[in-house]
Amino acid sequence: MNVEELKKIREKVQKEMDLRSGEKAIKIVVGMGTCGIAAGARPVMAAIKDELAKQSAGNVTVIQSGCAGFCEQEPLVDVLRPGEKKVTYGKVTPEKARKIVAEHIVGGRVLGEFVFAQEK
Amino acid sequence: MLELSMHILDIAQNSLAAGSTRVEIRIWENLPEDLLVIEVKDNGRGIPGEMLSRVMDPFVTSRTTRPVGLGLSLLKEAAERCEGCLEVHSEEGRGTKVVARFRLDHFDRAPLGDMGATMGILISGNPEVDFLYEHQVDGQTYGLETGEMRKILGPIGLDDPSVLRFVQQDIQTGLKKIGAATFPKIMEVLR
Repeated sequence: MNVEELKKIREKVQKEMDLRSGEKAIKIVVGMGTCGIAAGARPVMAAIKDELAKQSAGNVTVIQSGCAGFCEQEPLVDVLRPGEKKVTYGKVTPEKARKIVAEHIVGGRVLGEFVFAQEK
Repeated sequence: MLELSMHILDIAQNSLAAGSTRVEIRIWENLPEDLLVIEVKDNGRGIPGEMLSRVMDPFVTSRTTRPVGLGLSLLKEAAERCEGCLEVHSEEGRGTKVVARFRLDHFDRAPLGDMGATMGILISGNPEVDFLYEHQVDGQTYGLETGEMRKILGPIGLDDPSVLRFVQQDIQTGLKKIGAATFPKIMEVLR
């Protein structure tokens, strides 16, 4: 493990963290059951994290869940913005995932064409 | 599953579902013996005795949502199609150890795939859990441990997006350095 590289990350992130405090948290949930993994949830998760870092999107938690019972729609990604209804995206690819981060997480616009289900 | 690293991610998810606070993933490549061993060891709640004997059956699961559990049976299949085998050792209340053996240079051995992504996602998705990843190729070792990472990162959580990128890159460079086999050598003729 490259310790020096990790120390650099600490310094950089610490600076960003001071700027972010006070924002409300947005939650992203990625299905990581056997079905999700087999359908490509791992590269989707990696793309989401990478895009969040690129966009320096603050206060977003990304968590993993198990199988939701809609295996044929995997990889499934839920977006929960504070005060808004849950949006579930289906058959997400790394490219779609990047768009979701840029448009929905950062911009606040739901990407209707990728939506599998939306909380009523 | 197309890659062994995806199976590892899947099996480690079982460990996490079993409430483990520490998950150790070890891979050994033994070229003289043409052997690849993958071990996933946790300190979770373990598998009860009567369940343990049936755990590789795809129609056996501890979940209650539906009666199918494919994780271990898929890994067993991946090991057996290249003259390997799967063992599951478990003690209730102490933890579980899953050991998969493969013939390293078998035509049907699945490629290792992106271990960096697997570990990155496990670590950043479960920042409160301790993870160890060790990979040995004929005596040369690469290792990464979250305990050590936490000490350096201080107040920054392991779920920070930059940590995922660090883990991915560190593992990719580390494995290249020790000469870890991605594809079976025999496949290189065709690639």
